[in-house]
Amino acid sequence: MPTIQTFPLGAFVVEAAFIGGKAFFALGDGSVRRVEGPAAEATQVHKGAILSAAPSLDSRMLITGGDDGVVAATDAAGQVTRLAERPRKWIDHVAAGPNGVVGFAAGKRAVVRSADGGERSFDHERAVGGLAFAPKGLRLAVARYDGVTLWWAGTADARPASLSWKGAHLAATFSPDGKYVVTAMQENALHGWRIADAKDMRMTGYPAKPKSLSWSAKGRFLASSGANAAILWPFHFRDGPMGKPPLQLGGRELLVTRVACHPREEIVAIGYQDGMIMAVRFADAQEALLRRPGEGAVSAMAWDPTGRLLAFGTEGGAAGVVDLPG
Amino acid sequence: MADPQTAESKPAQIPVTVLTGYLGAGKTTLLNRILSENHGKKYAVVVNEFGEIGIDNDLIVESDEEVYEMNNGCICCTVRGDLIRVVEGLMKRPGGFDGILVETTGLADPAPVAQTFFMDDDVRQKAKLDAVVTVADAKNLIARLADSPEAEEQIGFADVVLLNKTDLVSPEQLKDVERTIRSINPHATIHRTERCSIAIDKVLDRGAFDLDRILSLDPDFLEADDHDHHHHDHDHHDHDHDHHHHDDERHDPTVSSVSLRAGELDPKVFFPWIERITQQFGPDILRLKGILAMKGDPERYVIQGVHMLIEGNHQRAWREGEARESRLVFIGRKLDEKMLRTGFEACLAG
Repeated sequence: MPTIQTFPLGAFVVEAAFIGGKAFFALGDGSVRRVEGPAAEATQVHKGAILSAAPSLDSRMLITGGDDGVVAATDAAGQVTRLAERPRKWIDHVAAGPNGVVGFAAGKRAVVRSADGGERSFDHERAVGGLAFAPKGLRLAVARYDGVTLWWAGTADARPASLSWKGAHLAATFSPDGKYVVTAMQENALHGWRIADAKDMRMTGYPAKPKSLSWSAKGRFLASSGANAAILWPFHFRDGPMGKPPLQLGGRELLVTRVACHPREEIVAIGYQDGMIMAVRFADAQEALLRRPGEGAVSAMAWDPTGRLLAFGTEGGAAGVVDLPG
Repeated sequence: MADPQTAESKPAQIPVTVLTGYLGAGKTTLLNRILSENHGKKYAVVVNEFGEIGIDNDLIVESDEEVYEMNNGCICCTVRGDLIRVVEGLMKRPGGFDGILVETTGLADPAPVAQTFFMDDDVRQKAKLDAVVTVADAKNLIARLADSPEAEEQIGFADVVLLNKTDLVSPEQLKDVERTIRSINPHATIHRTERCSIAIDKVLDRGAFDLDRILSLDPDFLEADDHDHHHHDHDHHDHDHDHHHHDDERHDPTVSSVSLRAGELDPKVFFPWIERITQQFGPDILRLKGILAMKGDPERYVIQGVHMLIEGNHQRAWREGEARESRLVFIGRKLDEKMLRTGFEACLAG
């Protein structure tokens, strides 16, 4: 039986992550909470709300961007390093890249900051909708209006590649093998491109915006929110998900607001509008209840690297860690 | 373990006020008032530029106007992408807001702002369009209307018009300007102000109050109702009107309104009809609003729309003794009054 440790944090949980083995929560009140034994220790990192957060690739820092214009990194001991500041701007997005690189965006400008503090800016005609680093090489995908721009962030004069699809693209993710980039759109759809030949992949049929995306172990499926079930598109076929029906797991009357695939097994944690969380196995759609409804929609979920612990948070300010022994 | 303050309470939709008005009309003055006055409320303000606002306040958000076209076959469906982002960001802050105020640039079409609150599900869940407030300059409005279609649209869109700088015009000129506003939009509440001096609650969080008022009063009598604080320059100049009539003709408004009134409607006829009308004539319809009595429905049904988008909700139960009447107002260009009237009357429940 799973056990659950809960924390009434009292503010919108923007992101959850495991940093140095500890559950971390980034909150709308600007604080980062880290679970130390029975308590969630608070560090006030931002003056305003945290708008976006992402763990560094080595899981030693939680990178946060706030409406105070600050980009910061908080380590497992609660030490905060201020990485960048854009006074009076909102840091809408942050992303973690290789070798301590941090990407962030405020309005139309995306910035790539290297570990030594050097910055390179990438400007766009319209606001940045989402950021993602490719799994290999220093390549940054910027979701934007009418498509995605792929920047080589390490070289000054390499020309960017542009992938086009009409409409507003609001989040970006690379497949773990680096072959595909997928965006979430304003129009209740996902859009993907095979990077090699810019072949389009349109994934539609969502009743709401599919804002949460998560790749399953070995990148075989891309799980998404935005429907009354988790929608998982198969990416292990040669042509990606085209012409293949997606898996639909954990169907309920209510909207799925977050998904998080287990790091090792083909299991997805599904968070719903009412705060309930289930874990569902791909193979037989077997469901296990992890958390009962309450405290608003599930707004954040993250597995620890072993796949035994699941950290979660809700819009209403509840957070917790589910322990799934064996 | 849950915090009782936040547990499962259904969040109320935060009222959003859209502030429009031509350059120099006094929008910034009004914003400064709202931000600096001690009204005990918490308003977030979305502006184009911090520059002109002299107040440092973390509730002010600077945002570049970004109009997104929606790929849904709806030709006039545009939304403000930046607003979607801003509203989502604001919702993460603890404590919530009493309201959100969105300033548009002087030349902006108010439609994308208003449509954002109809089109985007996330925004709609958390916020609702309360009113479009247009600040107009009493001295220059007539000239602006003559040379700028945006100015006319801003008046057409308004729920509330702040007729500002009234101290700079004569009482006769003021009456002319008001008459011109009425010829475009007879249903807006007009407040006369100097330096945008007005009680905040006349502008913000109007809710259904304005809707009721707009629809329940005959537009011809609106004027007399509106100026509690300005009796002194009211109703004394009727004899002057004819001398100034040419001012109206100079404007020759293309935006006008149609008010319809009927008894109980058959929802099975009404909804397909209004759908068809907005699909066909949406680009010319700036606003539509209505309070409707549906046959067999104990509650008042309220609808409002912008271009092709309409949204309806049950508002409250019909009160005892209240006439179960349906009222619908269109404001737009080239409205075919006869066609709208015939169509609306055909929706009457048999």
